[in-house]
Amino acid sequence: MDQAPAGSWTANEMMTIVAARALVSRDVCFVGIGAPSAACNLARLTHAPGITLIYESGTIGARPTVLPLSIGDGELCETALATVSVPEMFRYWLQGGRITVGFLSGAQMDRYANLNTTVVGPYEHPKVRLPGGGGAPEIAACCQQVFITIPMSQRTFVERLPFITSLGHGTGQGSREALGLTTRGPTRIMTDLCVLAPEPGTCELVVTSLHPGVTREAALAACGWPLRFSDRLATTAEPTAQELQVLRDLQTRSATAHRDAH
Amino acid sequence: MEGFTHLIPFAAAHEVLRQGRRHLTLVRMTPDLIYDQLIGMGAADRLIFSWGGNPGVGSLHRLRDAVENGWPQPLLLEEHSHAAMANAYEAGAANLPFAVFRGYIGVDLPKVNPRIRSVECPFTGERLAAVPAIRPDVTIIHAQRADREGNVLLDGIVGVQKQAVLAAARAIVTVEEIVDRLDAPGLNAVVLPSWTITAIAAVPGGAFPSYAQGYYRRANGFYTQWDEISRDRERFRTWVTQNVLQQGPDAFRAYSPRAR
Repeated sequence: MDQAPAGSWTANEMMTIVAARALVSRDVCFVGIGAPSAACNLARLTHAPGITLIYESGTIGARPTVLPLSIGDGELCETALATVSVPEMFRYWLQGGRITVGFLSGAQMDRYANLNTTVVGPYEHPKVRLPGGGGAPEIAACCQQVFITIPMSQRTFVERLPFITSLGHGTGQGSREALGLTTRGPTRIMTDLCVLAPEPGTCELVVTSLHPGVTREAALAACGWPLRFSDRLATTAEPTAQELQVLRDLQTRSATAHRDAH
Repeated sequence: MEGFTHLIPFAAAHEVLRQGRRHLTLVRMTPDLIYDQLIGMGAADRLIFSWGGNPGVGSLHRLRDAVENGWPQPLLLEEHSHAAMANAYEAGAANLPFAVFRGYIGVDLPKVNPRIRSVECPFTGERLAAVPAIRPDVTIIHAQRADREGNVLLDGIVGVQKQAVLAAARAIVTVEEIVDRLDAPGLNAVVLPSWTITAIAAVPGGAFPSYAQGYYRRANGFYTQWDEISRDRERFRTWVTQNVLQQGPDAFRAYSPRAR
């Protein structure tokens, strides 16, 4: 496939594209809002046309033409195969074990892919009050596996989370099993600099692939813990011209639609 | 006041503000802009919720200001996950004292919310999360239409409104229109019989800037603007004074293409 000219894409575009590549057509994917939604719809519009996208508002099999601003935009319902109530969504579909991939983002993440979207600072007197967990605590526990897309920086990749909103691999290998979970938890983390995955045996996140043009030093500098690299470190394939075109068209359509929403 | 992005009862919330209600305990999975407005005007003492952001935009600044700085007054939080609240409404509708589900595994919320507890399955011994049923004194929702007997129809993304109505002691519904026949469409219509509803008011456009499927679309632009309006205390108060306190329910009519 044609590669886009080098340097003709942004780090954010690279992040969305590499996140989209993680999905396959047979996935049933619980979609978080924001970056996950862009990645999931890019996958649907490129290599994974059969993917089932589920939004927590109750829409099953949504095929929006523009990226929704909220998880409950009308187009999700209009294009969905079925729309169910919110209790049904969380009880039958999520807790029922019907979802293959949960796609999450977060404000902060630690080396075991635990996420914080609740507070910065102490819970009772927070420095920054974040929106909270929403569906994430149970998405992280109930989906067969979890993908996370999150921009990488010292602020987002932290040594110690002030609050665990949703569980990744807890304190390392064996944590999930000890809590009775049989799902795999986070298996892949897509950032603007690299892709990370839990290391077999420890579950600590290690870099498995650096994006084109990104150095080890750049990744180290953007991480709040002493970041390690896989022995088989790869370079992420560059965005193809088609991936970039579809993503940009989608984002242009979405921006226009949200501007004249009324 | 429920409505999962769709059918959010804005007109009703504005009327609550105009009536000067205080010391409310607000319950809602996604507080959204209406609770930002009620909290910012000091109408609420307590909030039970599971996701307090401006969807796709960012923070609810009035909620943040209340929690971080106690402005205009402190706000007590009872925080849950979506799954917990959805289950808790369903338990309320089913007249059960609590909800049981597989949740809160390995996370910190149970450490800061003493109302999140656990029970042991009497058959398998599995530990499961338990939260108290939600039983509001009053639930307020917005729906597409009611017939002349007071039966109410909503469809599209139906959220937790049916559960919230059936869990409550009283239910108030605003509707886009009152019609001779409900004519439930083939989608996923929820019909609430008249005897589950305490009062109905026709308020065309009453869900703006959220939306009413089949009537008008979500004003995503306003949700984006709210970020700026709500960021500053004075600008927020001026906005509420001009657009809520000095207006009436008829102001919403402009947002309904059918009523205009």
